[in-house]
Amino acid sequence: MISLTRRELLTIFLGAPFAMNACRSGESRPFPEGQIVGQSATLGHILRENRTFDVPPDNWESKKVAIIGGGIAGLSAAWKLKKQNFNDFVLLELEKEVGGTSVSSKGEPVGYPWGAHYLPVPFKENAELISLLDEMSLLEGRDSGGEVTVKEQFLCREPEERVFYKGRWYEGLYLTVGASEEDKRQFAEFQKQVDSWVNWRDAKGRRAFAVPLANCSDDVQVTGLDKISFADWLRQNGFTSERLLWYCDYATRDDYGLKADQASAWVGLFYFCSRVRKSGVESQPFITCPEGNGQFVNHFFDKVKDNIRKGQIVVSVVPTDKGVDVTCLDGKELRGMHCDKVIYASPMFTAPYLIRGFRDDPPFAANEFQHNAWFVANLFLKDRPKSRFVKDFPLAWDNVLYESQSLGYVTATHQKGIDYGPTVLTYYYPMCEDAAGRTTLFNYDWKQLADVCLTDLARAHPDIYELTQRIDIMRWGHAMISPRPNFIWSGIREKAEKPYRNIHFAHTDLSGIALFEEAFYHGLRTSSEIMKAIKTG
Amino acid sequence: MKSTPLLFLNVIIIATCGLIYELLAATVSSYVLGDSVTQFSFIIGVYLFAMGVGSYLSRYIDKNIAEKFIDIELAVAVIGGFSAPLLFLTFAYVTYFGIILYSMVFIIGTLVGLEIPLLMRILKDELDFKELVSRVLALDYVGALVASLLFPIFLVPKLGLNRTSLVFGMLNAAVGVWATWLLEPLITKRKATILRIKGVIVLVLLAIALIKADRLTTLAEDALFVDNIIYTKSSHYQRIVVTKGKTGYALFLNGNLQFNSFDEYRYHEALVHPAFAAFQGDVKRVLVLGGGDGLALREIEKYSSVEFIQLVDLDPDMTKVSSAVPALGDLNKHSFSDPRVHVTNGDAFVWLDAVQAEPFDIAIIDFPDPNNFALGKLYSTRFYNLLKQKLRPDSAVVIQTTSPLIARNSFWCVMKTLESSGYTVKPYQTTVPSFGIWGFALAKLQPFDKPAKPPANVELRFLNNETFASLFEFPADTSRPDVDLEINRLDNQALVRYYETEWRRFEQ
Repeated sequence: MISLTRRELLTIFLGAPFAMNACRSGESRPFPEGQIVGQSATLGHILRENRTFDVPPDNWESKKVAIIGGGIAGLSAAWKLKKQNFNDFVLLELEKEVGGTSVSSKGEPVGYPWGAHYLPVPFKENAELISLLDEMSLLEGRDSGGEVTVKEQFLCREPEERVFYKGRWYEGLYLTVGASEEDKRQFAEFQKQVDSWVNWRDAKGRRAFAVPLANCSDDVQVTGLDKISFADWLRQNGFTSERLLWYCDYATRDDYGLKADQASAWVGLFYFCSRVRKSGVESQPFITCPEGNGQFVNHFFDKVKDNIRKGQIVVSVVPTDKGVDVTCLDGKELRGMHCDKVIYASPMFTAPYLIRGFRDDPPFAANEFQHNAWFVANLFLKDRPKSRFVKDFPLAWDNVLYESQSLGYVTATHQKGIDYGPTVLTYYYPMCEDAAGRTTLFNYDWKQLADVCLTDLARAHPDIYELTQRIDIMRWGHAMISPRPNFIWSGIREKAEKPYRNIHFAHTDLSGIALFEEAFYHGLRTSSEIMKAIKTG
Repeated sequence: MKSTPLLFLNVIIIATCGLIYELLAATVSSYVLGDSVTQFSFIIGVYLFAMGVGSYLSRYIDKNIAEKFIDIELAVAVIGGFSAPLLFLTFAYVTYFGIILYSMVFIIGTLVGLEIPLLMRILKDELDFKELVSRVLALDYVGALVASLLFPIFLVPKLGLNRTSLVFGMLNAAVGVWATWLLEPLITKRKATILRIKGVIVLVLLAIALIKADRLTTLAEDALFVDNIIYTKSSHYQRIVVTKGKTGYALFLNGNLQFNSFDEYRYHEALVHPAFAAFQGDVKRVLVLGGGDGLALREIEKYSSVEFIQLVDLDPDMTKVSSAVPALGDLNKHSFSDPRVHVTNGDAFVWLDAVQAEPFDIAIIDFPDPNNFALGKLYSTRFYNLLKQKLRPDSAVVIQTTSPLIARNSFWCVMKTLESSGYTVKPYQTTVPSFGIWGFALAKLQPFDKPAKPPANVELRFLNNETFASLFEFPADTSRPDVDLEINRLDNQALVRYYETEWRRFEQ
């Protein structure tokens, strides 16, 4: 722990001008209890030591397939294998719970997320994902165009978003209050550009931006956008409106944990275009629930729990002539597994540490899969923050602070229609200001991060100190892949998607963006590759 | 000066008016902000301090004292006279309310504080100092006594806060005008004329406001100002206010009228009995959502076949009002003490979602109008789908659905929402003078005919066989509009937006 003053801490996380103010206003406030939870960073780091491990001869078993990693990609692969009545597999999860960054917790009055918290309704083309939603009884039917409709109670309830700006809350994410004529013109112009990309089709009839990303056009007219940053693209197109730039920067921070000048223009436009069916139509609605994407994790877990082993530190993955030998540390004991195939659903940067021989002849540059760090705080409130102004837009699902480096918070009780009494707020903070965000993040303890969170929220909710009874914090050292310029369309994805001997890579890293749909796609892709291989013997 | 004794009468009136303004500000603020101890204490403190400031400032007035004294009186008449109406008007903008309130109290206090020292200086040549101080101060305190006795006993009950404020403003102005004659030797003729013209203008302005205040008494908000507040409670969810006026008792939630005792029977008979008329057979189990005033219960309890009534209301303080205010208990005939009634306090949406219950024969849904998102969800397809789980195939439902005249799109949006949730709907409307034209939805999960008559053998004051069928007729200005209305879903909250647009037209 480095020791630093509160002012220095707040300056790093919330900016200097604000830190000055915050430090002036009394420190003798009540401070809630809480702790750092989850994410065994120390366990994860055993991997890096590159030791050799000898499994006692009695501790070997045989499995046709091992899935390494129980995030959405691994769980989707397991779900798909099980759906095809294939049962000779095991899923190995490092943590105490599966789910990866979609993990959630149970709670009162409702559960709450630790990461991903929504899924846009898929287009009709995404039949596999639709079959999952159908299995979960989330669907109501189809509209006249054949698009699925989701049951009302699972679609994000209005009011969806609000933004806090100069002391007041306003509806929506884009700040309309006080917009000048020039702001409005630029916003309309931006919408026009988005619309033209929404309608764009290549010679093969493919969209410029589609989910999953595998269906996107590879035409250079689009992929050329990957060579510059989103901020550069905005500049080149004459966008200077501060509130528009903020809106775009918020978008990339929210979806990719990167600022607009760090994310590629391709992913920036992907955010705005990929969930819009055609120009003039609203973006696809969000499927959500109190525990966020934890609802999908819980569903997958229910379906495949017999094949899941938690708390397994995989220490080596050794390709052999017959298949793959997997070694893992189960508590204190080493266990080995002879497998035909492995679905590698852990982050790609771990591959060189785990897979024997990878370093000697790397099939792709694993270190190009760079992750960014986040922290997520769950605040347990005994009651709702009071509205300060009668005309303030009321508490919404997503509540964003314009003048903050955080992403604001999501209200867990919102979707259940619980509008009074205790609630849980999930506060998101991507470490993108700082080049060494991960190191910075792990230099701070619970109290310091909780202080950042409360100080940030107190600008909108002065009563947050009295209302918050507990804050738990998750530090995500490797939260999600960073789609910086020259990554997604650099050709690395194609290389990494190819199996390495009998190891099939499935992590969402392979898409270059951390989306549920992408993880699901790669989970299903690898499971069908493996089923095909097993059938053909 | 021959008029010296009359000037002493002036002192009494000035003192009375001054204290009245102070009491008005304290009453208005304790009503609006709650916590009357704090409000009274702060207002009195600020007012007395401001009087001190005024007294101190009087030293800077050297010339034309008599003229300045009258000017000040007229200024007090304007600011004090309009103080209560102005405070009520700014009440909607609570953000600035505190600033406006205390600025006003401070200004009035300062001006009143100037008056007595100036008057004493005017009179100093007439009497010796000992006599002057003893008479002026004695009469000043007499005025205070008069005001503090008149205010609660006569003024608030008979005139209400607005009119008290305006009447005393006029009295103050009249005294000012009168003083132009009393102080004639001290003022030039030209100045006296100007002062008299000013005085008349002030009097006319206040008189116009007084007449307007009278004319606006039918408006719900004005009823708030004029009627005597007999009960207030800031619960966790809302501000509950009960007033007593000429027409009877009225209940307000967050400033919105819920009923007035003189015509509430029209509303509650129309709310409850059509459902009973539409149900085939004996009604045994009734669900009431909202309705914490117990008035719908009173109507339901008229049916001896009813065995079980489940009432779900958000606010425990609301369901307790009728025991806290005996007059309301009398009005709902102590409906909560009926052993058939079971009360649950909670959000009806959450209750429907989470609580298992045997199906009900009738559901009476009486929520406040959908003026925010938390209420809007109680009129959504999701809500009506959840409700189905508590109904039998032949159950009858009635829902209060705001005014089809003022909020025509809102009203028909609810009808469309019900239809799209699988209900057959028979909209109906009636007149409740306190509200205006009011609308309801009678709905069932199976096709049914409009009931032709109210149930027999039930004692009713409003509904009768002759006019019952006409409830279901809609005049041209309230009938289904020829526009494509949205269905109110949780993920669009279309109704809240319709409602806001339609009712905003009637806001100041």
